[in-house]
Amino acid sequence: MARGPILALFLALALTIPAGPRSAVAQAALTADLDNHLIAITTGFAGADVLLFGTTDGPGDVVVVVKGPVDSVDVVRKERVAGIWINRKSLTFQNVPAIYMTASSKPIRDLLPEPERALYQLGLENVRMVPVAPEDPELGAFSAALIRTKQASGLFSAQPARILFIGERLFRVNLRVPSTVPTGTYLAEVYLVRDGKIVGAQTTPLVISKIGFGADIYDFAHRHGAAYGVIAVLVALFAGWLAHLAFRRR
Amino acid sequence: MTWATAILDWFLGLQIYLPIAEVALNVFLLLGLGAGVGILSGLFGVGGGFLLTPLLIFVGVPPAVAVASQSNQVVASSVSGVLAHWARDNVDFKMGSVMLAGGIVGSSIGVLFFTLLKNLGQIDLVIAIAYVITLSSIGVMMAIESANTWIKVRRSSLPTKLHQHNWAQGLPFKMRFRKSRLYISALLPAGIGFIVGIMSAVMGVGGAFLLVPAMIYLLGMATGVVVGTSLFQIIFVQAWVTFWQANTNQTVDILLALILTIGGVVGAQIGGRLGAKLPGEQLRFLMAIVILVTAGGMLYELVAQPAELFSVVIARGGQ
Repeated sequence: MARGPILALFLALALTIPAGPRSAVAQAALTADLDNHLIAITTGFAGADVLLFGTTDGPGDVVVVVKGPVDSVDVVRKERVAGIWINRKSLTFQNVPAIYMTASSKPIRDLLPEPERALYQLGLENVRMVPVAPEDPELGAFSAALIRTKQASGLFSAQPARILFIGERLFRVNLRVPSTVPTGTYLAEVYLVRDGKIVGAQTTPLVISKIGFGADIYDFAHRHGAAYGVIAVLVALFAGWLAHLAFRRR
Repeated sequence: MTWATAILDWFLGLQIYLPIAEVALNVFLLLGLGAGVGILSGLFGVGGGFLLTPLLIFVGVPPAVAVASQSNQVVASSVSGVLAHWARDNVDFKMGSVMLAGGIVGSSIGVLFFTLLKNLGQIDLVIAIAYVITLSSIGVMMAIESANTWIKVRRSSLPTKLHQHNWAQGLPFKMRFRKSRLYISALLPAGIGFIVGIMSAVMGVGGAFLLVPAMIYLLGMATGVVVGTSLFQIIFVQAWVTFWQANTNQTVDILLALILTIGGVVGAQIGGRLGAKLPGEQLRFLMAIVILVTAGGMLYELVAQPAELFSVVIARGGQ
């Protein structure tokens, strides 16, 4: 059971590439890592903190983006029909990351010009979520609602976290993973910025996975629904019989 | 007192993660809900499922999971109930089997309907509406009935009128049900099983609160065997519903069902003992009020403007 996520972690670690857009400069410009690459969702999971830390080869600013696996989502709006609020209109967006969190040592707008921010999808307004019906007149309201809902559940960061420098070269930032986080392989992208240009980059994986008895049950229920149903019925029959025995003797 | 707060913290912090519902809830809250509804069912003889499902929704269990897990729990509580009735020879197996035939067909249609609504994204709405309608009608009926009996007991003259449905005499497939002391068409009990089967699949209730009055007033069964027989057919219908919910919708949370069962069987014993000592009609009236308040709460959630009109769900078949 636990082999799946761990395998994914190894694969993701293998993909860790300390390379940047300008590889010659970037080789040693930036080194970063997480204190924990595997977050296990067990019974009683209430979110987790992940420490991202690293060094630079000299003065500069750091921008961090943590992105989740992308998915298609439906944004559904309730409308009042005969006095009752009913799910009515729905718009689909593709390429929506499960998580989008940013952190930076200075506001991103002050560090990089617009084309660079758009290219690297830095900042919520630059995340390229693709609406399936781009001509819909109410698209704006729906995409705003998508971002608002994601922010409310802590999956999109409303405010970038602040990266702290210790001295000139050592930096650290605490990233908060909310309890509602979906499982999957996430990537933390770390960029070193100097004079409005990205001079170094590194990505490092973060695997979030359900582990333990609860995860096994969920997995089994979704893979072998019929067998799960039979077991659920047998357990209930047995529990009812036990209850009868327990109270008959008195 | 620091140790007192420490114990309180421990109690409040004892969360259990329900794997299918995908929420963490306090174990004692769930046990308490099961026990509370068990006590009510022991007191009043109604299953209590129709109160438990809305309460589970209130504490944060997704409606679809609440309904399906409730079906699973009903299997357990009905088994312990039917064994007790069987020991007293109060089960009409022939009548139960005929009702069951209708129940299996009805509940299968109910689960298909459930799946269809789930895919349309409207299942939560339909569950809520079904509950508002049934809870408010049961609440009103119970309130009137208990108030009437209350008055009747004082006047101590009860004009009992046995209703005879003459059109039903003409139906084919007549069968003799010895224990129920009936010679009627098999279509009648099968039809009742069918309709209750649909409702119980969509609402996750055993349906005793519908079956029992139907068996007494529509069929005219001997009252002694009504509860045992309804429990007998509920076991199989709900086992069938549990299986199909698990197979097609993956909404059965075994852990949730087990915790509720534990609370429920203990509560039913307490309730049964309490019921012997407490004034019945006043309690029934109070129960009617509780049911009406629950219905009112659900109705309010339907008509009040939600704080957030939008919701985000993973697109079906999306990658």
